[in-house]
Amino acid sequence: MSKLKSREEYEKTSAFRFFRWLSGSKDPYVGEVEMQVQEETVLPHETIIDRMHEAEMRRDKVYDEEQNKLARIFHIIYVAMAIVFCITLVGVLLVTVSCLPPDGNASNPVNNVVSGRYIEQGLQETGALNIVSGMILTYRAFDTFGETNVLFIATCCVMIMLMVDDAILKKQAAMNDRRFEPKNDTILQGVAFVLCPIIFIFGIYIILNGHLSPGGGFSGGSIMGAGLILYVAAYGFKKTQRFFDEHIYKIAKITALCMYGLIGTYFYMTGANGIENHIPLGIPGHILSSGIILPINICVGLEVACTMYAFYALFRRGGL
Amino acid sequence: MDFVRNFPCISIMLCLFAGIISSGLRDKAAMWVNAALLTINTVLSAYTLIYTLTLGDSFVYVMGKFPAPWGNEIRAGVLEALMALFFCIIMLLSLFGGRHKLIETIEEDKLHLYYVLTDLLLSSLLALVYTNDMFTAYVFVEINTISACGLIMIRQNGRTIEAAVRYMIMSLLGSGLLLLGLCMLYDLTGHLLMSNIKESVALIVADGDYVIPLIVSIVLMSVGLCIKSALFPFHAWLPDAYGYSTISSAAILSSLVSKGYIFLLIKIIYRVIGFDVYGDTRIIDMLFLFGLMGMIFGSTSAIKENDIRRMIAFSSVAQIGYIYMGFGMGTQAGMTASIFHILSHAATKSLLFIAAVGLMDVSGGSRTFIELTGSGYRNKWAGVTFTVGSLAMVGVPLFSGFISKLLFSQAAVQNHAKMLPALIVLGISTILNAIYFMKTVIRIYTPIDNSVYTVTTFKDMPVYAIVLLAFIILNVILGISSQPVVDMIQQGLATFA
Repeated sequence: MSKLKSREEYEKTSAFRFFRWLSGSKDPYVGEVEMQVQEETVLPHETIIDRMHEAEMRRDKVYDEEQNKLARIFHIIYVAMAIVFCITLVGVLLVTVSCLPPDGNASNPVNNVVSGRYIEQGLQETGALNIVSGMILTYRAFDTFGETNVLFIATCCVMIMLMVDDAILKKQAAMNDRRFEPKNDTILQGVAFVLCPIIFIFGIYIILNGHLSPGGGFSGGSIMGAGLILYVAAYGFKKTQRFFDEHIYKIAKITALCMYGLIGTYFYMTGANGIENHIPLGIPGHILSSGIILPINICVGLEVACTMYAFYALFRRGGL
Repeated sequence: MDFVRNFPCISIMLCLFAGIISSGLRDKAAMWVNAALLTINTVLSAYTLIYTLTLGDSFVYVMGKFPAPWGNEIRAGVLEALMALFFCIIMLLSLFGGRHKLIETIEEDKLHLYYVLTDLLLSSLLALVYTNDMFTAYVFVEINTISACGLIMIRQNGRTIEAAVRYMIMSLLGSGLLLLGLCMLYDLTGHLLMSNIKESVALIVADGDYVIPLIVSIVLMSVGLCIKSALFPFHAWLPDAYGYSTISSAAILSSLVSKGYIFLLIKIIYRVIGFDVYGDTRIIDMLFLFGLMGMIFGSTSAIKENDIRRMIAFSSVAQIGYIYMGFGMGTQAGMTASIFHILSHAATKSLLFIAAVGLMDVSGGSRTFIELTGSGYRNKWAGVTFTVGSLAMVGVPLFSGFISKLLFSQAAVQNHAKMLPALIVLGISTILNAIYFMKTVIRIYTPIDNSVYTVTTFKDMPVYAIVLLAFIILNVILGISSQPVVDMIQQGLATFA
């Protein structure tokens, strides 16, 4: 057992001094180093403004091209260099393009086994008549999930930038909302009354038939988003909020993305581990077919429609 | 198949799920989801690292039913797992170290969005690390760019918004060039999978057709990634972005985001173009030259700076220059040194940013040097940590910076043509580093009358102090037991080709 040092003895050790310094109770320099108090440099308010003004004047003088010959020369050189650089870049790219394999040639490197399998076996392997849908949502499902997340994060960034939380500011934004357009425009409302249902149905049709005909989640979702935007423009936010407010927006967005993620994870994990996939491919050409493509198209469509509407609402009044 | 092979895929998907769910949570809950995510990912990456080390080789994981050239694929080896582990640890420390500033500087209703951004940023970093497919890499570069912009501008004042706009323009230019190069490469090879492109590129070089477009596409991709990782002539966006954003963002941007792009460039060099083909082009000499210039000009700009955070930001330009100088050597030794420096710089730069904020807090929030005088006494933890970081940056033995400088000099000695400029600039840059970092250390330990300012001790912010301690330990571990890390890097590079 080690010997316990007495208090006085312990206070002489360096360990004690170290811990005392660490805990901030004593400064090692006090009483040992001569201290000089630095002079406080407090400037009165006027002189600060004066100095800022002076600095501005000086800056204006430095950057004024008529006064400063160097600045003028710099500007000329800058413009000349920019033009030369752009022309060189355009030249290099044109030469490069002329060296690329000619377009539409059967022996091009692009026409290889990869696109061959997409075209020849896509129908059997994915069950989708629309080869593009089959390719982006089955063969390259991971990329498309990333792409959907790009949309999601873009809305987050716009929200950070434009979302107004202050109640007063919100009110102001609502007041300004109708400054340049008439309120309850009858013509617009009449047109929207006829068009909105058609647009929505068309959007849903494109999403649901994504695996059978041209289209899919991204295009159908943007059509639905456009319909929502038309409805808001005609009838205002109050009426829209009866069926689509921030709460429902959040639920829809999170559910859609999570469903997509879960389906995707199931698909990746079963595929990679060689486990049998329990999602049936169905008969090609039927509406309920092509495995994971239909549910993913619905999720993507929902997410895209939400994103389109959120962009419009955030830019217009800083909130949904 | 071993279950461990699922871990890279699981960790990327977990990040995306965490980001999606956090957008509907409150601030506190989002923070805990983020912390849990980072901890789980650290464990998963560590398991993957151990697994690949015992396996002695890399493995490929097919994302879905369809094998490689048709479907998506990710690949994990020693190097990838090591990077992923490191990224997770540093992000965890940076977020906890800057938490008090987040609460101070960000509107309360938007705090949860910060964690959404970091979750997705982590997913993109992991995907960039693990990807084996050029288009997957591009998709996640997009996510990385947008979330980095968000991280800068979430602290809303004039300067950060200006910095974010500047960052966005430069970064999108980089993405555009990368995409252009990628399209040309696809046109020439007909593949997007890295290993298939490499085979086709070897054929193109052997045939002699299409050599001009091949070189142009390599140049476009390299320049794009150089712009995004702030190599010297393209660094104009960097000082404002690192200097004025909230402190966690600055730490994450400087130590992780730019490193993700550099790691992608390493993957392109080794796995897409091929090390020898890339080394035969003149691009590698340009990287070497710009790296050397960055080492000098970054340091001189840092010396001129009167603002501690902008000084640290300019120091990043110099350190990125070191990394590209290592690329420019064109040897395996240079590449090993560069990768070690990626790790060491990531650990040190985030430490410096987090420590600097502690010093600024006890100086009335001011960031000019005159106000920082004596702040090392007022916040002793931050003072000691900043000193450790400065010593590591200068390259004093025991710390990580020494090892990377040693590796760089060894690599330089092996390359006869580039030995002299590399060694001379390395020496000058070390002296310049010492000038501005030691100036700061002397400044923060110059005694003055401290009664004007508040004094911070361990009890005031225990989490912050523990984070600082963890950073110091990480740095010293990298400095003392560097050999295992270097061995791992060499093993990883061997399986890379």
